[in-house]
Amino acid sequence: MYCSCCFSLPNSSGFSVATMNGQLKKCHIAITSFIDSCSPFLIPSSLSPSLCDSSHNLDSLPIVAVEMIHSLFLINHSGDIFLEKHWKSVIGRSVCDYFFEAKEKAAEPEDVPPVLQTPHHYLISIYRDRLFFLSVIQTEAPPLFVIEFLHRVVETFQDYFGECSETVIKDNVVTVYELLEEMLDNGFPLATESNILKEMIRPPTILRTMVNTLTGTSNFEERLPSGQLSTIPWRRSGVKYTNNEAYFDVIEEIDAIVDKSGTTVCAEIQGVIEACVKLTGMPDLTLSFMNPRLLDDVSFHPCVRFKRWEAERVLSFIPPDGNFTLMSYHVNAQNLVAIPVYVKQNISFFESGSGGRLDLTAGPKQTMGKTVEGLVITVHMPKAVLSASLTATQGSYTYDPATKVLVWDIGRLNPQKLPNLRGSLSLQAGAPKPEDNPSINIALKIQQLAISGLKVNRLDMYGEKYKPFKGVKYVTKAGKFQVRT
Amino acid sequence: MLDSNKDSLKLEAMKRIVAMIARGKNTSDLFPAVVKNVACKNIEVKKLVYVYLVRYAEEQQDLALLSISTFQRGLKDPNQLIRASALRVLSSIRVTIIVPIMMLAIKEAASDMSPYVRKTAAHAIPKLYSLDPEQKDQLIEVIEKLLADKTTLVAGSVVMAFEEVCPERIDLIHKNYRKLCNLLVDVEEWGQVVIINMLTRYARTQFLNPNLNECLLEEGGESTFYGSDADQDEDEDEDKKDEALSKRKPYVMDPDHRLLLRNTKPLLQSRNAAVVMAVAQLYFHLAPKAEVGVIAKALVRLLRSHSEVQYVVLQNVATMTIKRRGMFEPYLKSFYIRSTDPTQIKVLKLEVLTNLASETNISTILREFQTYIKSMDKDFVAATIQAIGRCATHIGEVRDTCLNGLVQLLSNRDELVVAESVVVIKKLLQMQPEKHSDIIKHMAKLTDNIQVPMARASILWLIGEYCEHVPKIAPDVLRKMAKTFTNEEDIVKLQIINLAAKLYLTNSKQTKLLTQYVLNLAKYDQNYDIRDRARFIRQLIVPTDKCGALSKYAKKLILALKPAPILESPFKDRDHFQLGSLSHLLNTKAGGYQELPDWPQDAPDPSVRNVEVKESVRAVGTVPEWTKCSSREKRKEKKVEKPFYSDSEGESGPTESADSESDSASSSASGSEQSGSGSEESEESEERSDSDEEEEEEEEEYMSLDVLMGPTPSPQVTPVGNFLSSSLVTDLEGLSLTDTVLSPATISPSGSLKSYELLHRITGEGLWVEYCFSRQPFLPDPHMVAVQIQFTNSAATEAKSLRLEEAKLQSGMRVKEFPEIEVLPAGESATVVMGVDFCDSTQAANLQLCTHSRKFFVSIQPPVGELMTPSFMTENEFKKEQGK
Repeated sequence: MYCSCCFSLPNSSGFSVATMNGQLKKCHIAITSFIDSCSPFLIPSSLSPSLCDSSHNLDSLPIVAVEMIHSLFLINHSGDIFLEKHWKSVIGRSVCDYFFEAKEKAAEPEDVPPVLQTPHHYLISIYRDRLFFLSVIQTEAPPLFVIEFLHRVVETFQDYFGECSETVIKDNVVTVYELLEEMLDNGFPLATESNILKEMIRPPTILRTMVNTLTGTSNFEERLPSGQLSTIPWRRSGVKYTNNEAYFDVIEEIDAIVDKSGTTVCAEIQGVIEACVKLTGMPDLTLSFMNPRLLDDVSFHPCVRFKRWEAERVLSFIPPDGNFTLMSYHVNAQNLVAIPVYVKQNISFFESGSGGRLDLTAGPKQTMGKTVEGLVITVHMPKAVLSASLTATQGSYTYDPATKVLVWDIGRLNPQKLPNLRGSLSLQAGAPKPEDNPSINIALKIQQLAISGLKVNRLDMYGEKYKPFKGVKYVTKAGKFQVRT
Repeated sequence: MLDSNKDSLKLEAMKRIVAMIARGKNTSDLFPAVVKNVACKNIEVKKLVYVYLVRYAEEQQDLALLSISTFQRGLKDPNQLIRASALRVLSSIRVTIIVPIMMLAIKEAASDMSPYVRKTAAHAIPKLYSLDPEQKDQLIEVIEKLLADKTTLVAGSVVMAFEEVCPERIDLIHKNYRKLCNLLVDVEEWGQVVIINMLTRYARTQFLNPNLNECLLEEGGESTFYGSDADQDEDEDEDKKDEALSKRKPYVMDPDHRLLLRNTKPLLQSRNAAVVMAVAQLYFHLAPKAEVGVIAKALVRLLRSHSEVQYVVLQNVATMTIKRRGMFEPYLKSFYIRSTDPTQIKVLKLEVLTNLASETNISTILREFQTYIKSMDKDFVAATIQAIGRCATHIGEVRDTCLNGLVQLLSNRDELVVAESVVVIKKLLQMQPEKHSDIIKHMAKLTDNIQVPMARASILWLIGEYCEHVPKIAPDVLRKMAKTFTNEEDIVKLQIINLAAKLYLTNSKQTKLLTQYVLNLAKYDQNYDIRDRARFIRQLIVPTDKCGALSKYAKKLILALKPAPILESPFKDRDHFQLGSLSHLLNTKAGGYQELPDWPQDAPDPSVRNVEVKESVRAVGTVPEWTKCSSREKRKEKKVEKPFYSDSEGESGPTESADSESDSASSSASGSEQSGSGSEESEESEERSDSDEEEEEEEEEYMSLDVLMGPTPSPQVTPVGNFLSSSLVTDLEGLSLTDTVLSPATISPSGSLKSYELLHRITGEGLWVEYCFSRQPFLPDPHMVAVQIQFTNSAATEAKSLRLEEAKLQSGMRVKEFPEIEVLPAGESATVVMGVDFCDSTQAANLQLCTHSRKFFVSIQPPVGELMTPSFMTENEFKKEQGK
């Protein structure tokens, strides 16, 4: 952020020229409003998250409707509550019993209904990384609002701790608590941008943990979290790098359903542009595409100026610092989607019901001259299949009798010598011939190719003087790629 | 450890305590020891103490009071962040005694100069309200004040407070409606959701239904005063209605209604699913039918998200598809089911597919269903079979195909599948039993194999109901059933009794004895329901001496024609709940749910939303497009009055655009600018209106500036004028980059900019060149001044390859040339933009202007004012800078 807010006279250094980059403007508000109070004070804003509320005096006061998230419980896979946080008055853990009941009923954790109704509360939960995040609300609130927020919490944890697991959360319980305090005020989201949060609460690193234990210094930034005040909440002020770099990964995923005969039932391409921007100061970037017409439906990080996209089909933005998802897009469904591989499959079971035969061959279809890597074929077998004895010409296979999943890890696909997996399946004794079909899921990766043909044209930077290092990478992956049998 | 002098020990202790709180352990007995540390200097300790305090203050009210004074001190701190945080904790402590203190603090914070503190004040309002609802009136005053706030930071929070404290006071919104609409894009995501939901309700009370026609039809043609919007409705059936109504006043969408729709549309591109959903529901509830379609694409995109998001979105899509099927039809394939989806998602997708089924796409959908039936997930298969049943009932042509398919399923090995098919077939057969006696016969045979009680019961009921169609088989089935009666489930037993009774009435010769036998068995059954039924049936059908009046009607009673069941979507009629709401999801009214009001019959007075000027010409039919809506962060408070300005300009030319809030300083400045520029184009005037707002905003925070500079009469040359216009140019930079910088040819020279002659017509041999300082940022290099050059070819021949060559530049000066103009035909003119870095000097830049035939030496001399850039600072800063 610009701090040199001087009334620039013609000969003063700095912004000497009449043209000025538009960003200057908006930071003034933020700056001026706290310049007057810029004492080297320590930050309490972050200290003091507020939570509580609600009707504490139940007998004398009518119960007042309180909005949004009331409490949060973290529950592990086996059903233990290992963290609870209340933003208003405390709600007993017993409220989770309704959830446990629903969890019992569901066969898979994914099948637990995300929204449950109990006599006095509503429970909204998400399941991520083998953990349940269960929030309690008391009154009407848009369910997606809560769900989206919970996902944001998970993403923040992942960002801070590298992963989001029970052990990590337990190890960093104080940081987690502080984060939750900052993210919600009275049940209403306050600061969810990870850049702002990081300004207030530093993420733990091994080095810092050691230093902290040795010296007893704090985990908090001692500077003022100015980002929260600015109108560009996603970018920290005063970012400095010695190497200025901006990397963009164009990652496309093919979602497809291919039917038994090999014809495509439906196929579409979903893409994201992941960015890693490490640039000093307040750069204003413009990213343009060779063929923006391809993009049918897009969603942007809040930093992208939508009007310019509408008018010129270029992405113009002041990037957040570090990693972020710049945009995600959907490629026009009218275009035919190239399916990079085919799988010839023949899975049959004998009428007698004693066993079956499996024969899978994978081959390249439309790969645009690139090599298919990381090819993995996963087959969900019918329940009756006990074991599989197969031979693979390439790669290795595993069959898990508990989950009935056959995984064949092929690796690089060699167009000259097609990989093949064949052999016999044995069924449970006495089980009838299974009627349900196994389904085949494919995972793959193609480097240096965006299957839709999308190409980044150029990246320009305004607002800063240095020359950044720029890089664009393309990857195509299989998303939900399924072959029916 | 808490009593220790060392911060590190205190910190360690507090960390342990917080970890215990997190695990849900009670640590309230430590309260006195912890609360002492509230004044601790170490911020981390302090922060953790706050966490503790907020958690336990409610239980230990007296002790909590000890900490209050610390916060009160914090409220007066010069640092806005400290003020905000003090208010945040203070308002979070649920202790009734401090309500007056909180009230005072909130009131003060609401007029704080820092938007962040004001935001915190807005957050504190609902907290205080829930602590003491009697403060409502006072709080509403504060809310009213904060609603008038023009910063995006505050907007979301205050609307949230509004929703919680006084959602019924819709009148508070009027004056702020347009501002909220315009600010919306720049509000943070969570605030957007709240505002959009609130505006949906608001719009329902203030505007007319854009789909009135349709409603008329639905309501059975009761005539209302307001007519139709023929341009927006595609339904042919309505034509007649239109004729009838055409004489009446046509529907015209209120421009404010349009404003809301237009300003929310970009948010469909948000990465936040909640925002997308909020906009989707807004469009669903408010937009004319023809426009609702835009939300489909965005909703389909959300289906790629986490399964919880999918769950909620699919629920809403299911409701939408019932009312607006066409909207999602193009995206049919997006709802195809993958075997890896969780069951609940599969079932919801199935629901959507079923709703989308129509004559045209039914064959594809059925083909899909066929694959689903082979799935491993049995619950899902059962749901698929039901879905097939529903498709069959709604679409007559495929009924037979479906029925045949289902009959084939009867030979499936899985019992659940068979049972479900039987149940569905039963329902389908009820619609036209005459044609399908063979299916009934086939099913009768199945009784030997099928063990699922529900399916057995269904078969028996079918045979009984249509025993006329299968006269030979029915008694035989009864015979078999009588044999196994004792081993059957209750539900089957009841149906056996029914079957027996029906057969007795139609075919008493063959079945009399059997019936007697069954009834006797039932008489001694363990279940009293069955005993009761048996007794009742016996009295009813078997003629005895005391033959009651009823038995005459036995046949009528038992063999009455039964209406076919209607297979309906469980999502029917859910749309009376606001979409996207919790209530809609659960299909029950959740606490605190605000009903979505019906459209009003007559539009309330739209003028309540006018902010200050009365005239406000209403654009009729179409509203002017202000395409320059802005890039997000540039928007900020300036756009507040935009619609008003543009309205007035579009319709009535320059008007008295003085802001009520702007005082003499700003209005004189804006006035002067206005007088300086005689005729304005719309772009120009928009800029002007911006500058007004700009001025006003500056005035808010930088009053000192106005005082220092003073209003000056000629904006072109003086610093103030330059300051105004180029700052607004900066504002517009992001918005209008296309037409101003990248394609300079489209620039129309603004009237207020002074042009200087670069090359006279005579010396230039017909080529006349003028330049002016466009006061636009020169994008390729921020240090350069944009110079706009206009070539006019007044000669008789065309001028070719116009370009610049650097001749003699002062040291340090740089020039960025404009792209060469290849041909300038006679009588035409062209405009280009070039950049010059004058190095802060007023020295002229000497250049060479070349044509295909000649070279001219020209020079561009910048006036001082054109070299300046606006910049803001506080009074102190300024003085400091001045002192240097």
